[in-house]
Amino acid sequence: MVKINGENLDIDGKTVAHYLVFAGYDTKRVAVELNGNIVPKTQYEETILKNGDSVEVVSFVGGG
Amino acid sequence: MIPEKEEWIKALINRHGAELQNKFLSATVAVCGLGGLGSNIVTALARAGVGKLILIDFDRVDITNLHRQQYKAGQIGMYKTEALSENIKEISPYTEVETHTVKIDESNANKLLKSADIICEAFDKPEYKAMLVNFVLEFMPDKYIVSASGMAGIASANSIHTRKLSKRFYLCGDEVSDVSESTALLSSRVMLCAAHQAHTVLRILANEFEA
Repeated sequence: MVKINGENLDIDGKTVAHYLVFAGYDTKRVAVELNGNIVPKTQYEETILKNGDSVEVVSFVGGG
Repeated sequence: MIPEKEEWIKALINRHGAELQNKFLSATVAVCGLGGLGSNIVTALARAGVGKLILIDFDRVDITNLHRQQYKAGQIGMYKTEALSENIKEISPYTEVETHTVKIDESNANKLLKSADIICEAFDKPEYKAMLVNFVLEFMPDKYIVSASGMAGIASANSIHTRKLSKRFYLCGDEVSDVSESTALLSSRVMLCAAHQAHTVLRILANEFEA
């Protein structure tokens, strides 16, 4: 299981890019942290989620 | 009558204590975007006696900014960098202010931000917010980034919060209220979010790292 924004999901073996598309995120508006470290946007396609990983996806909204 | 620098520092030490004030005075904080968030963050940090502020924005003061941003009617048309540094000089004359009237992107961010200890993301567009946060966390790993997401509309003040995402990444706002889906940005709610960001900066400087 992979914990994403506090929720356990059965997506072991999928990439960060796969998850973001699956969950409907606009990748231009997000920052993704994997086990407390930023995932560079250039590595979304090749970063594979493993059992026990903890992911935080911040999806920014407008206004400032 | 403008006080001497020594009087100003003495008054700040009187309020904050010497140990804390010396941490504020020796800090450099960059604020990226000088709208509702940035102009309020800068005002709070200048009043607290942060030693040096780096102000970055390419835009000019518009009449539609005055309902929530720390500018005056007579400053319409001025660059926000110039107008805000003028206001800071009146509030806190010995704060060192560096201005950059440019659009910040991945090609110039490192040069503009390298002397800052802490960086505040205070843009309005989500793509720019994401760009800056990703850039700082990826390429400037010794910096702290204090970002904001979700402060539009008239929802409760109590839903604005600060969350620590990782060692050097703090996020303020309600994380959901998008300006494109809301009636407006209200001065009070934007100010609340800016105050969360400014307060997070001061807490980091005080070595208080919990959100």
